[in-house]
Amino acid sequence: MANKKLIQGNEACVEGALAAGVRFFAGYPITPSTEIAEGMAERLPLVGGAFIQMEDEIASIAAAIGASIAGVKAMTATSGPGFSLMQENIGFAAMTEIPVVVVDVCRGGPSTGTPTKGSQSDFMQTRWGTHGDHPVIVLTPSSVQEVYDETIRAFNLAEKYMVPVILLYDEVVGHMREGVVLTKPEEIIERKKPSVKPEDYRPYAAAEDMIPALAPFGTGYRYHITGLSHDETGFPTGNPKAIQGLLERICGKIEANRHDIIKYNAFDVDDAEAVILAFGSPVRTARHVQKEARARGKKVGLFQILTAWPFPHEALQEIYAKTQASFVIPEMTLGQLADEVSKSVPRDKIYSVLRNDGEMITPAQLEEAVRRVLE
Amino acid sequence: MNYKDMLRADKMPHIWCPGCGHGIILAAFLRAMAAKEVDPDKVVVVSGIGCSARASGYLDFNTLHTTHGRAIAFATGIKLANPELMVVVLTGDGDCAAIGGNHLIHGARRNIDLTVIVFNNSIYGMTSGQYSPLTPHRKKATTAPYGNFDHPFDLVELAKGAGATFVARGATAYPRQLEKVISHGLDHKGFSVIEAVSQCPTYYGRRNKMGSAVDMLHWIKENTSPGGKEEGKIPLGVFVQVQRPEYCSNYYESIESLARGEKGE
Ligand SMILES: Cc1ncc(C[n+]2csc(CCOP(=O)(O)OP(=O)(O)O)c2C)c(N)n1
Ligand code: SF4
Repeated sequence: MANKKLIQGNEACVEGALAAGVRFFAGYPITPSTEIAEGMAERLPLVGGAFIQMEDEIASIAAAIGASIAGVKAMTATSGPGFSLMQENIGFAAMTEIPVVVVDVCRGGPSTGTPTKGSQSDFMQTRWGTHGDHPVIVLTPSSVQEVYDETIRAFNLAEKYMVPVILLYDEVVGHMREGVVLTKPEEIIERKKPSVKPEDYRPYAAAEDMIPALAPFGTGYRYHITGLSHDETGFPTGNPKAIQGLLERICGKIEANRHDIIKYNAFDVDDAEAVILAFGSPVRTARHVQKEARARGKKVGLFQILTAWPFPHEALQEIYAKTQASFVIPEMTLGQLADEVSKSVPRDKIYSVLRNDGEMITPAQLEEAVRRVLE
Repeated sequence: MNYKDMLRADKMPHIWCPGCGHGIILAAFLRAMAAKEVDPDKVVVVSGIGCSARASGYLDFNTLHTTHGRAIAFATGIKLANPELMVVVLTGDGDCAAIGGNHLIHGARRNIDLTVIVFNNSIYGMTSGQYSPLTPHRKKATTAPYGNFDHPFDLVELAKGAGATFVARGATAYPRQLEKVISHGLDHKGFSVIEAVSQCPTYYGRRNKMGSAVDMLHWIKENTSPGGKEEGKIPLGVFVQVQRPEYCSNYYESIESLARGEKGE
């Protein structure tokens, strides 16, 4: 029998993480993500895993990365202010290629902003929050079921590509309750193991696929991990070729696998005159508006982003080339998503519905925009 | 095991200046390790950022060079994820008492089984000589050209107050004693803090007109008290050595009994 439950988005995140094999959580309380820490504190001890409440978010992500270096699937969860504090160490994980899952349940910012209300304005921060050219994967569920599924996918992608994966969803998704089916994951991915003897081991000598096989500490492969630019041996280097090569590889391993990482849902876009493009809770409004429009014979499609970074530019370019459709973009920011879309769709074909006041974008608001676009 | 076998000889020469005290501390640590029956595969050395933090790269263990100030937090994750590992943190006075001060006190409070060796040269060496939270009042630094307006922490008192269950201080001028206190710290099950008073001739020494590295070692010798009793001198030795339940042992024992209790219901 399917394991169906009525739970909150943040609870689904806990369930998804456990199903994916998480055994370590370090965190610091912050609204609207705290239920994840509370859920982990309750559940992890029962499966022999470790939960620890750290002194701040910097320590939280550091401890999670440390646990991952010891070979354990690890995560942390936070919201805006805490997410800002985590940035330096997210870059450390990207640079040293340590898998870790970071959940950012987005509230209004900047600063303390609007703690109890939804926003999507960390969108760009998830991509460019830490300094330097770096790889990162960001997933954006819009329902409780998707939180469960995408949390599992986050762990799989982190282990597969040896990269930090950020799960970004807004407060609305985090706190809403829906029925979910807690299906056993079809696939659980574990990180690559070294295939050579310790004496021949070069930790960062990645194969064709650009992904290194990093042995967990304590397993007989003694090596060095550093956030400094390093060569294949893992030791610091000042060699320009090695520095550039490292950056190209750590970013390239994600770019080369865009097809595997990027996930979206496209509904009725083939003949669309207007495509609503969204992620997170605005998808819910969008789905409703799109269906209603179709029922009235209007050629409206919906493009739901599930992988925000890398951004699904190819798919958008294809849709635009085929349909010349206008893109209506509802987002709970002052235009961050539309800005990114403009790399693939001409500016004059983009119609923004912006709202960052803590409230959801209403069907009436979006309907009105779609109607005007179609006129 | 010879302590030299614990070095990654191919990574020499090291980056430290001639006369830097960091090498003396590292050698004391390695001699202490060499005298123990440890499997290097099960030893993890974590460091932050600074001249001192570069020490991790020269050691043939599992080594992790993290971000500035965060070594104890990373080490906490490693130790809790796999308590079987022996986890040592090598850190500087800036790394550990300024940017990493929060992690230091909370590690001590938890009594997690880490050995923290603080390379205290009273200055930020790596960034060329700014004052640190352990720079004495009125001493000079590039950011204290008129003398330090701040007052320093006493790291031993700080660690004590935060609840560390092993607290000691050694000095580069007394390398045998330093080795001994590090050795006790490594044996101690719980959070151990060992402050190693050291010299940075390049920045602290030069700016404060303390002469050569040898002169600085003399200064340390004259101004520290290996017995810990001499009036007006920096006391060396072991100041705290008490047993308190260790964090990871307590955690895993507790959740095991929890699991047994669950089954019984
Ligand atoms: C977040 C951050 N801030 C500042 C720095 C610059 N920085 C590098 S090392 C260092 C001070 C190191 O001093 P200390 O820990 O005393 O070690 P020492 O070099 O004296 O051995 C600073 C401020 C940094 N790397 N990261
Ligand atoms: S700058 Fe100072 S602390 Fe750094 S290596 Fe030179 S002497 Fe040592």
